[in-house]
Parts: sequence; structure tokens; C-alpha cells
Amino acid sequence: MANDVVDHGGAGHGVVDHGRRRFLTATTAVVGGAGALIAIVPFIKSWEPSERAKNAGAPVLADISKVEPGQRLSIAWRGQPVWLINRTKALLDTLPQVDNRLKDPKSENADQQPKYAQNETRSLKPEWLVVIGICTHLGCSPEFVPDIKPEPFDPDWKGGFFCPCHKSRYDIAGRVFQGVPAPANLVVPPYKFVNDKQIMIGVNPEGAA
Amino acid sequence: MANIFTSACRGIGNWVTDRAPGMMPMYRKHMTEYYAPKNFNFWYYFGSLALVVLVNQIFTGIFLTMFYKPGAATAFDSVEYIMRDVQWGWLIRYMHEVGASMFFIVVYLHMFRGLMYGSFKKPRELVWLLGMLIFLTLMAEAFMGYVLPWGNMSFWGAKVIISLFGAIPFIGDALVQWIMGDFNPADATLNRFFALHVVALPLVLLLLVVLHIAALHEVGSNNPDGVEIKKNKDPVTHVPLDGIRFHPYYTVKDLFGVGFFLIICAFIIFFQPTLGGWFLENDNFIPANNLVTPAEIKPVWYFTPFYAILRVIPSKGLGVFVMFASIIVLFLVPWLDRGPVKSIRYRGLGYKVALGVFAVTFLLFGAIGAGKSAEWIPAIFGASADVSGIEMHFGWFLLACYFGFFAFLWAYTYFGYEKTKPVPERVTTHA
Repeated sequence: MANDVVDHGGAGHGVVDHGRRRFLTATTAVVGGAGALIAIVPFIKSWEPSERAKNAGAPVLADISKVEPGQRLSIAWRGQPVWLINRTKALLDTLPQVDNRLKDPKSENADQQPKYAQNETRSLKPEWLVVIGICTHLGCSPEFVPDIKPEPFDPDWKGGFFCPCHKSRYDIAGRVFQGVPAPANLVVPPYKFVNDKQIMIGVNPEGAA
Repeated sequence: MANIFTSACRGIGNWVTDRAPGMMPMYRKHMTEYYAPKNFNFWYYFGSLALVVLVNQIFTGIFLTMFYKPGAATAFDSVEYIMRDVQWGWLIRYMHEVGASMFFIVVYLHMFRGLMYGSFKKPRELVWLLGMLIFLTLMAEAFMGYVLPWGNMSFWGAKVIISLFGAIPFIGDALVQWIMGDFNPADATLNRFFALHVVALPLVLLLLVVLHIAALHEVGSNNPDGVEIKKNKDPVTHVPLDGIRFHPYYTVKDLFGVGFFLIICAFIIFFQPTLGGWFLENDNFIPANNLVTPAEIKPVWYFTPFYAILRVIPSKGLGVFVMFASIIVLFLVPWLDRGPVKSIRYRGLGYKVALGVFAVTFLLFGAIGAGKSAEWIPAIFGASADVSGIEMHFGWFLLACYFGFFAFLWAYTYFGYEKTKPVPERVTTHA
């Protein structure tokens, strides 16, 4: 009995208005679906770096007064190793020699360094190289191999960085060699010289974009 | 006394049956009246073994969460606390850790069984697809579990795997930061992986396993002959003539297998819990250090074949794409293979050779991903050999073999090159 359509008489009763039913079903589904989608947003957003994590990513100051030529200082910025390398004249002289073996000798990939480091030495001051010490392949930390002498991985080595994970190689300006898995040069973070003895990592120099 | 006891049991049973009349029929459908082919062989142990391992992982995992403290500052120490101070904690942890590797061993053998006997073919495509989804979920589950001890390999493994997503055009970098919740794998990353590893993914895994078994029981099990037992039923009882009840026949057979399997597991747990660095890498006994990379970052053995694919392609974007493609292509096997004959016993020589080459390729990729090429290439070609160059070119050859298997499978069956043997009407048994 319950399944029978019962006509109670009176306007509208017993007659199924299919158009109205479809409209109500469709609008309910659209409104409900949109609401559900919007409700997801806070959960997606919760995975973004928190305020605390963002604060911890604030600029850091490095004291470079004790770094002799040929030495490297490694400090942490945003949990990543940042290398400050005092390059010797001999190392700087190697840079043009390897140009033809590099993927991006002119640092044309703008994502890998700020504009003020898009030059031959990839730096503000020629001798000071500041790079994030993380391989652009899969994020390992390459080894610093500064001696200009034949190495097992390259008989014509001019000094630079060698990643032990997948054998990517970079020159002493962090420029990547051809024929290795890393796609791009090492990243130069934003930095500025506070004075001759201090470098601030994480901010651009005054006036630079 | 006995009469009171049995009548009490019957009373409770009737009470439940009155209120849930579908329960006993469901039990019969999946256990006592699920008719499985009577010619199951060795290869049919691995489905039930996977279930046993899953139960082990859940059970030991629950106990580990009682002592483990997620968080970058506490995780490593709490794992050491479990290993040194919690009574029998070392056993619970090693059962979980060895269980993870055993899970992949049985799952890989289970999948190979499916390829051998054509268990992915019509009408069992859905069983195969659900199984592949289980495999994917298991990979995510295992990866996140490996991050939790927050050893140095946990940290760098997480960094490498998460940065794979950075290869996606446009959104890659934002996606990587979103997954990590920081600018590097950090406390936030560890905590969300903990939540996913112990709550979200196990729920997904359980649901998929239920669906996998439900889908299997709809169509019935395949067998080493690839014969559909439902084609020959008893005219009166409608029971397949070549079928036997899952319970008690196969529950007993599987229990025997479980006993044997647990002996092997116990041996590993008690004598070689890290299996020489294969099940748990040496670098993971060092706390995570975001400034020092392990000398060689490599995943645990069960990921090495896919990792090798990434390694031999000298382009990050392409490498990531091909690696994911190597997993996705497995989903398509039911539609690539057009051959009517299921079991390798009656298939053409081409399929037997191709499957063998495919299996060897997979193992060799595993060896490359585990870094074995750095030992083997100098041993074969001399100390001055160009290890990365030889590895890369050999890797390309293997890549051709890997994807070649699927291309061959399609062409071989689509154009009718396969010369099959006649398939028997009924299953064969060795009397």
C-alpha cells in the first residue's frame, strides 16, 4: 500500500512534478558540493608552513671575518645548508675554462639566483660565493672538492662540488656540468653584505629587487 | 554442564541471527561455501601471507605507538628508548621492521603469480586494479613509516622522495613546501607522516583489502591451469566440480604456509634484524642531520627498482615521469595482454621468455638502485671504468627491457603471434 500513489485531491497532490524535482535535486547537489569543496580549504591550508615555521625562516647573519681564502663556512638558513666560500684567485680563474662543459654557463635560468648574482662569478663580490648547498637534482648535499687536480669522477677537475648521491658535478660558482642528472645550477639565496665582516642571508641588498 | 554451555551458546547464536540474519550466509559465502580450485600450488600462499603480515603490522604498530613520540626532537630518542628500555620493545620494533620488508616480498611474489597464471585477465581485471591500488598505498605507507624513526636516512630519504614532486611543472615547488609544511623536512613533516602512517593509510589499506577479497570472491579464484572452474558445475548442487571449500581445506593449507613463513621471519628477527643493511640501513642508526648527507642516499630494497629508473635518466623531469610510468603501466596489463590463454603452462614460448626477462630486469634494476653497480662495474670492467656512464647505458638497456615487456605483450597477443597449447577442460592435479 505504501508504494501506491495516493491522490489526496487538492492542487499539487498526487502529481509528481519531475522538472521541479530535478531542479531541486540539482541545486541541492551543486550547493552541497560547493560547500564541501570550500570546507576542504582549511584542511589543505593546514599543511602550509605554519607561522612558527615561517618565523624560523627569518634572515640569518653570518660572520665571515675568519674565513680564509679557499675555506668554506657552512651555516643553516631555513634548515638548509648555506655555504659561504672565500674563493682564491686561482679558483676564480678556472671559471671561464669550464664554460663549454656547463649546462647554463651564463646563469640564464632566473630561478637559480637573484639578478645581482647573475654574473660571471654568480656573486655580489667576486671572491665570495654564497649558495644553498643542496643539489638541484634530488636535494642531497654535495661535497666541497676545491682542489684543482684530477679526481676519480673527472680527470680535468677545476674545483667545485660533487654530489655523492647521483654524481652531479658543479664548478666553483655552483654551475652544473653537462651530462649529470641535476637540471640547474646551485641556488644563490638572497643575501647582502652588512659590512666587510658580515653577510645577511635571506634579504636582498638595499635597492635590489 | 556441557548441555547448559551448548544451549547457552546456541541461545546467543540464535539471538544474533534473529537480529543479523545476513551474518551466517556471509560467513558461508566467504569461507565454508567459497569454492576455490583444488589445484592451488606453492604460489597461492602469498595472498594469505600478505594478510598475516598486515595483521602483524597493525598489531605491532599499535604497541609501537604506545612508546613512540612523534616530533623531530623526540622521535629518534623514543625509538632508542623502545630498543633499549621498553621490555621486549626491541622485539616489537623488529617484528614491525622485518614485517615491512616481508610484506613487500610476499606482495611482489603475489603479483608475479598473477602475471604467471593470468589472474589479471577477464573477469578478474577489477581484482588486479584493486591489488595495484593496495601496492601503491603500501608504498606510501612504507615510505612514511621509514621516515618516523627520524634517522639520517629517514630525513634524506624524505627529502629526496618529496622533492620528486618538485618536477611537476608550475606547481612543483609550492607542492613540495605544502607536503613538508616547512622549507625542509621538519617537525611538521614528521607529525603529518605519523598521522598518515598510523591512521589514514592503514584505514585505506584495510578498505582496499576488503574490496580486493570481495571482488575476488565475486568472480572466483584463478588457478595454475587458468581454467574457469565455474564452467563445470555439479548439475544438482551447482558446486564447481574442481572446487573445494575454502574452509577447512585452504585455511589448513594456508596455516601450514604461515608456519613455514613465520619460521623464516623469526630467523630474520632474531639473527639478522637489519639483514646486513637491506631491511634497515646503517645510516638510520644516526640521528637526522639536515646539514650532512649520508655518503649514499638509497631507499630500502623494495623501492630500489623504481629508484634505479630515476637514477639512470639524466633529466629530473623525465626521470620522475618514467618512474611513475613504470608503476602505472602495471595497471594496464589486463588490457595490454589480449591473449585468450591465462596460464603460463599453456601460453606461447614468447610469453615465458618475456616474463623471465621482465623478472630479471626488475631484479637488476633493484641491484642498481641499491648501489651495487658501484661494486660490480669496476669488478667486471676494471678499476678505471666509467661507473656512471656504464650504469646509465646499461640502465637504458634495462629500461627498454622493462617497457619492452609491455609493448611485446600487447603486440604478441594483439597480432596473434602467440602459439598457445590447448587448455584442458578441467584442472590438472598431480596425483
